[in-house]
Amino acid sequence: MMFVLRRWIQTAATALSNAYLLFPFTRNIYQGKLKSVCVPGLNCYSCPAATGACPLGSLQTMLATVRPSAKAGNAHIGLYVLGILGIIGSLVGRMPCAWLCPFGLLQELIHKIPSRKIEIPYWMIYIKYAFLAFFVVLLPLLVVDGFGYGTTWFCKYVCPAGTLEAGIPMLILQPQLRELVGWLYASKVGILLIFLTLMVFIRRPFCRIVCPLGAIYSLFNKVSVFRMVHHPDKCVLCKECYNHCPMGVRFYEGANQPDCIRCLKCMQESCKFGAISYEIAGLPVALKKKTTSPL
Amino acid sequence: MEHTRKSGFFLLLLFVIFLVIGINTEEVAAVWEKAVNICLSCIGIE
Repeated sequence: MMFVLRRWIQTAATALSNAYLLFPFTRNIYQGKLKSVCVPGLNCYSCPAATGACPLGSLQTMLATVRPSAKAGNAHIGLYVLGILGIIGSLVGRMPCAWLCPFGLLQELIHKIPSRKIEIPYWMIYIKYAFLAFFVVLLPLLVVDGFGYGTTWFCKYVCPAGTLEAGIPMLILQPQLRELVGWLYASKVGILLIFLTLMVFIRRPFCRIVCPLGAIYSLFNKVSVFRMVHHPDKCVLCKECYNHCPMGVRFYEGANQPDCIRCLKCMQESCKFGAISYEIAGLPVALKKKTTSPL
Repeated sequence: MEHTRKSGFFLLLLFVIFLVIGINTEEVAAVWEKAVNICLSCIGIE
């Protein structure tokens, strides 16, 4: 039941984040007022159907233009975007990755393709923090041209969501852009193809290894208002939670790990012993679920 | 446990303040201005 609800919410969030359906006629992106609002998931704002702003893209552009905006007398350092991300993170931690992110939904759907599944080494989950530190913050902020403008390093050199949602559709919609395609576009298509392939074999590879947005939300998992709870007295270490987890989290080793996206699959579908629950603002949420005694 | 619970609310308050400052310094308009133009580098075109 929870799984079906989550799929519906994921689908609705994807549709709402990409609800500008006039793009085949205008052949351009949406330019209305909603574009000033950051969506909670990874959704490129250059996607022709996008109705909101990508928080990662927005944060990078703010940091990349800190110097020119300061010269113009403005103090635009990305507090608006950080505020949105911080409020979401403080409330629910990494939950948007499971419930609202269009690229997360895509990864889960592709992973359903029958194949041999592979697990990544645990240390790889820390790579995303390097992408966050360097490609989202330091390089846009510090590598600037003669006029003080930086660039959106993560969007430009890495983001496969941008290639899928914006790069390919915009080249279809605006043929004049095709003349400008070069090695950068080819490399981005290559990165997209690599991740699309990895998604078949590995659970949410982009979220776990690369996504800087997930890295930001994950910093709040331990302290957010919504938190998962592990009951060691009821846990029999059957590892069913790990087997079913879309992120490969070993919940039995502790709740609220950085990669836990609070999809609640472990609680609702895996654990038969009531060893997993959640709390909101420290208040345990009562669950009516049939459980088996560990004894 | 109580300590981390308080940390969550403190962070929430902090980021609400960030948001309010961001809105007051017209960062909303700056985000909009960037989001309504096609980001060529984002789509892999320099």
